[in-house]
Amino acid sequence: MTTKLETLPTPETAGAGKPTNRRKPKVRESRGTLAFSKAQRSKALMKHAILILAGGLMIYPLLWMVVSSLRPNELIFREPGLWLNSLEMSNYTSGWSALTHPFGHYMINSAIVVIGSILGNLISCSMAAYAFARLQFTAKKLLFGIMLLTIMLPFHVVIVPQYILFSQIGWVNTFWPLIVPKLLATEAFFVFLMVQFIRGIPRELDEAARIDGAGHPRIFLRLILPLMVPALATTTIFTFIWTWNDFFGALIYLTDPDMFTVPVALRAFVDSQSATSWGSLFAMSIVSLLPVFLVFLFGQRFLIKGIATTGIK
Amino acid sequence: MSAISELSSISRKKGKATPEEKKANSRDNKAAYIFLLPWLVGLIAITIGPMLMSLYLSFTDYNLLQPPEWVGLENFTRMLTDARLHNSLGVTFTYVFIGVPLQLAVALLIALVLDKGMRGLPFYRSVFYLPSLLGGSVAVAILWKQIFGTTGLVNQVLAMFGIQGPGWISDPSTALGSIILLHVWTFGAPMIIFLAGLRQIPTMYYEAAKVDGATTLQQFWRITMPMLSPIIFFNLVLQIIGSFQSFTQAFIVSGGNGGPSDSTMFFTLYLYQKGFGQFDMGYASAMAWLLLVIIGIFTAINFIASKYWVFYDD
Repeated sequence: MTTKLETLPTPETAGAGKPTNRRKPKVRESRGTLAFSKAQRSKALMKHAILILAGGLMIYPLLWMVVSSLRPNELIFREPGLWLNSLEMSNYTSGWSALTHPFGHYMINSAIVVIGSILGNLISCSMAAYAFARLQFTAKKLLFGIMLLTIMLPFHVVIVPQYILFSQIGWVNTFWPLIVPKLLATEAFFVFLMVQFIRGIPRELDEAARIDGAGHPRIFLRLILPLMVPALATTTIFTFIWTWNDFFGALIYLTDPDMFTVPVALRAFVDSQSATSWGSLFAMSIVSLLPVFLVFLFGQRFLIKGIATTGIK
Repeated sequence: MSAISELSSISRKKGKATPEEKKANSRDNKAAYIFLLPWLVGLIAITIGPMLMSLYLSFTDYNLLQPPEWVGLENFTRMLTDARLHNSLGVTFTYVFIGVPLQLAVALLIALVLDKGMRGLPFYRSVFYLPSLLGGSVAVAILWKQIFGTTGLVNQVLAMFGIQGPGWISDPSTALGSIILLHVWTFGAPMIIFLAGLRQIPTMYYEAAKVDGATTLQQFWRITMPMLSPIIFFNLVLQIIGSFQSFTQAFIVSGGNGGPSDSTMFFTLYLYQKGFGQFDMGYASAMAWLLLVIIGIFTAINFIASKYWVFYDD
């Protein structure tokens, strides 16, 4: 027991990366009695107990939804547990074809909007970010300040005239109102994220390229873009999740069931179904969450880095 | 630097042109504006233009079919006597001022427990972060609608203890509470920011405090809180701005009508009903500007108050 205890990282040893720092706690540890390490251990155990309890509580509703979607419909109102006696796939088959189109149709619509938005954000935001991070130009500070302010601007202030504008050029019930703003870098959050990243790339690289005769387009395309792949990945992942989940924009611009994206299709499903078909509603909800979950699974490194670096200094 | 500290540093250094700026030559200007072109077009056509347009529309009566008709301040005087609008402001304020502090408190608490290189940290972090990615979706709002329904998961669990729970989302006194809970559930994103912030506090501060015999609680109030205060401030500003604009959850949980008896009628939901349900675009524009002013005021208050509690190391 005691040997195992010593390998457990205590807060003191875990925090100290350098060997010089490590010496001090070690001296104290050798003086410390067994009671001290016991207290440490029970503290760690308590922490894990708290975290497992809290985490379980957080995730339980999601797990329950998955399990419930695989149960006969009436059990959803009687069975709070997670035990499955049999696998019932009928919720998925009935949910898939419950609306005008098979659910896959809405997923393809969503995919079109998502891919357009990702391309739009990658191209337009990286261009703007290069200018803000590397070039000197008139009114730079003013424009940069405006760009930062637009990150915080409430969407609702522009939505009415935007709707009027897009409806006058006949774009209601097309995907353009959802994609074109991204092509014009209106998601300034990503411009800021990329500016932060480009600032971290050594300027000497630019200067070396300039001495070799490269102009700005070439420096941007051949040097900066390849080096900022992590920032582009973060942008891709966030754009994917936000666009896939976007409800308000789709609700306003897409009223024709042919054009529905997944969130508005789900909403139509809720409205059309009586309380008896929660099973198939759950099933399609899970289908709609699956892409986000997969992106989270494979891209969470970029997500967490993206949040942490734009959130703090 | 975060967007917020950048903004305040810009306003502090206003007026002084750096030598770098003076050097700016025309070639750079041309290249810069080409790179900025998409963003500039978007700024003018998608953001500033519509903003000015909606300011104009807020002084008109406009239903999309007939041309806008100038009515002066009528939309704004109407807002003064619109009881449903006042109610929707109350609902939104309750949501923001209970939901945001609660969410941040949970985020900070879990981040503190998670800190200091404990075992299984990446796993716990993922578990707590996942809901904040899913929380904005229609699917989770649907789940919430079931969980807090009369025969939903919560009441099924309560029934195991012999308690007959109310229909949480069909009862006006608890419906908003269940949506606030959904907001608290998504504490993962601010938690990640807190974790990153905690990692930046030099461990020597704690070591020195320990040598001086400071208790854990003293260390928290005297070291952790001041050092973390800029990040708490950042989270607070962003979460307040974001929460004022919440829409999807209330829309789905209430079936689009803000019920029962308007208890989940968020300001944005009412704005949507006015603008896109009744096509009262003039009134909706006036409401949008009211929202902008309200958010602006609370952000300003936040910045002013921050002078008294936010501690900057540099």
